[in-house]
Amino acid sequence: MQRRYMAIWFPYLMTDRATLGNPQLSGSPLILVTPERNRIVVKAANRQAEEQGIRCGMTATDARAVTADLHTLDYPHEKEERILRNIGLWCIRYTPFVAIDLHDGLILDISGCTHLWGDERGYLKELVLKLRGMGYYARGAIADTVGTAWAVARFGNISPIVSSGEQAGAISSLPPEALRLDQEITDKLHKLGFHTIGSFMSVQRTILRRRFGESLLLQLARALGSVDEHLTAIVPPVPYEERLPCPEPVYTPEAIETAIEKLLESLCPRLQSEGKGVRKAVLKCFRADNKQVQISISTIGGSHSISHLFKLFCLQTEKIEPAMGIELFLLEAQKVEDIDPVQEKLWAGKPGLQDHALAELLDRIAGKIGPDRIKRYLPSEHYWPERSVQLAASLNDKPQTAWYVAGPRPVRLLSQPEPIEVMSLLPDYPPRVFSCKGKRHIVTRADGPERIEQEWWLGKGEHRDYYAVEDEEGLRYWLFRSGHYDGENGHWYLHGYFA
Amino acid sequence: MFFFTPPGQTSSAHCSHYLTGIFKSNTNTNIFSIIFAEILAKMAMHTVQNQKALIDHLQKSILKWEGYKAPSETHERMGLGPIEAAFPNQVFPLGSIHEMICANTEQATACAGLVSGLLSVMMQKGGVCLWISLKDNIFPPALGSFGISPDRLIFIRVMNDPEALWVMEEALKYPGLAAVVTEVRKLDFKQSRRLQLAVEYSHVTGFVLRNMPAKMAPTASAARWIVKHLPSRLEDDMPGLGFPRWQVSLLKVRNGNPGKWMIEWTGDKFKLIEEQKSIHSLEQKAG
Repeated sequence: MQRRYMAIWFPYLMTDRATLGNPQLSGSPLILVTPERNRIVVKAANRQAEEQGIRCGMTATDARAVTADLHTLDYPHEKEERILRNIGLWCIRYTPFVAIDLHDGLILDISGCTHLWGDERGYLKELVLKLRGMGYYARGAIADTVGTAWAVARFGNISPIVSSGEQAGAISSLPPEALRLDQEITDKLHKLGFHTIGSFMSVQRTILRRRFGESLLLQLARALGSVDEHLTAIVPPVPYEERLPCPEPVYTPEAIETAIEKLLESLCPRLQSEGKGVRKAVLKCFRADNKQVQISISTIGGSHSISHLFKLFCLQTEKIEPAMGIELFLLEAQKVEDIDPVQEKLWAGKPGLQDHALAELLDRIAGKIGPDRIKRYLPSEHYWPERSVQLAASLNDKPQTAWYVAGPRPVRLLSQPEPIEVMSLLPDYPPRVFSCKGKRHIVTRADGPERIEQEWWLGKGEHRDYYAVEDEEGLRYWLFRSGHYDGENGHWYLHGYFA
Repeated sequence: MFFFTPPGQTSSAHCSHYLTGIFKSNTNTNIFSIIFAEILAKMAMHTVQNQKALIDHLQKSILKWEGYKAPSETHERMGLGPIEAAFPNQVFPLGSIHEMICANTEQATACAGLVSGLLSVMMQKGGVCLWISLKDNIFPPALGSFGISPDRLIFIRVMNDPEALWVMEEALKYPGLAAVVTEVRKLDFKQSRRLQLAVEYSHVTGFVLRNMPAKMAPTASAARWIVKHLPSRLEDDMPGLGFPRWQVSLLKVRNGNPGKWMIEWTGDKFKLIEEQKSIHSLEQKAG
């Protein structure tokens, strides 16, 4: 069967996209600019701007001189491919094979698809009108080869549909730019008087090769169909999910566990082959009474181990109420990330924090008691005790700064300092006696004070003078006075216990 | 089988057969029959002079049969000095459950200090420690002064005792950990047995800090500790705080000898303090 290709050209792709983001700009001239060699250059202009005579490559000041009510936005670099990819994914409803043609078009392999919309004309009309309805001005052309379709979509002005085998006739009247050539070659062609493709199509190949190189011959052959062209199709991402319909509603825990195992057995090999691991997964159970129950799991590092994920789900299966029975199980991996394959070590002592089994253990614990109750601390560059530690975001985080070991720090720190009553003999001396929770402690030994200033840019309050004290029995405490000594009314607190 | 040996012809071989016969009738005494057989065999070989060596040898054999491995040449010293001699084979039992009784927060802190000192040795070769507690009040920077890198500790806050013990048991089954420390209210025999079974598989050391001394049921742990603060002492009675000093009591040691010691943490290791009477009190006695 003769292959048929359709080329779609978006002459105003980037400006159309910008207009979709800012609807108030529609209908007025708009340019997208980018700095280039110390000048601000127009990189894209919409139809209204082009009608005023603005062209790509002009400086922005020149463009502003042409028309007063000109809107200017920055050109978003490296976004064309993403926009084209999204449009391409949408186009998959018209043909299974869509390829991106950077920087402003798409190529569709439409062989055998057009009859669903009547004929090729109906197909083309439908697709182009839909795209224009979405806000993207598009031009399309259909031909036997990609090259001819590309050329006609951009430069053709007779008919957008080139019937089978008519490529030579369709492109002979088009300028040499329609062959997707380098600027250098087209300039040379124009200089020599070859203003249409037809004027050099019949020139001897050896002469063309000698003067313009191999690429001209190749592009010409591609457009005429004597050489095939390879395209890379867009592959839509398949969501990481698995379905398991049950022939009869199930309600026993064993059946539910079997279902989970089956779902994981089909999901995990795919994850493994792609080098991915589940961070978050949800199991949805659709019940016979049209209700839905779901359980979710999360892992600390991505995992694609069937046994591990199964254990995590098993910790929660008791939360599933089957009621009349479950008809359909749906397992969705909502968050998936790349995992690094770990190399096994033959020597060394105990494995460290990066160990796989440790992450699995913490996942199980998190599944049972909740992930926010597992904490790991890293040093933070603050003297204020409450701020001197910070939570580590993951097991791989390394301390950015050294742990503070210069001053005495208590093994147990109260989250809220406890007010105490003290008796001190001299100002700026440690207390002689203090009582806490109704117990009187006579201080026999003390170290201090260690003054820690409040960081005024972070919090309000007085500085603290810390004392490490020991009572008659040898019990050690970390006390502080908030602010300066002011007679009997000093505010004293117990903040920690030493070992 | 049952042997009657005629009088006057008693030989060690016969005697052992005789005893074996007696104990065969009892199901659980197989091990004793082996021990007795060995005793008698040895007694025939050895004279009275090397009885002490014999008893030592037998003790070692008994420990071996009970699952205590003889210390290898390169076994780790925990730096506890003579306290380690209280344990079977004179080795601090890693891979078992240690129970520490703490009546109040101060004692629990002293226990945490002792445990941190021990952890610094256990974590020298890498590994991670899990610290499970009901209250989230351990201050990580302080553990740095006990020679631990606090970022290799993972803290897990639990809501109640059953949850704490569940987490501890799960964690003890994983051999990659250096140790697991759990602070709970109480621990009964069944729970401690479960923990002991978990560590027998993984050889992870578990510390249980329990703060309800009133309900002190027998447990399956290898040792029961009490750590109390003692007033610190500086040289020449200088003012200020000295090194933390504790009275460490081993109330119960499986196959070991309980005892009481005074130790200090001197910033990088434990130091045993010899009991010495001050001159002042001696003078008072003399007077």
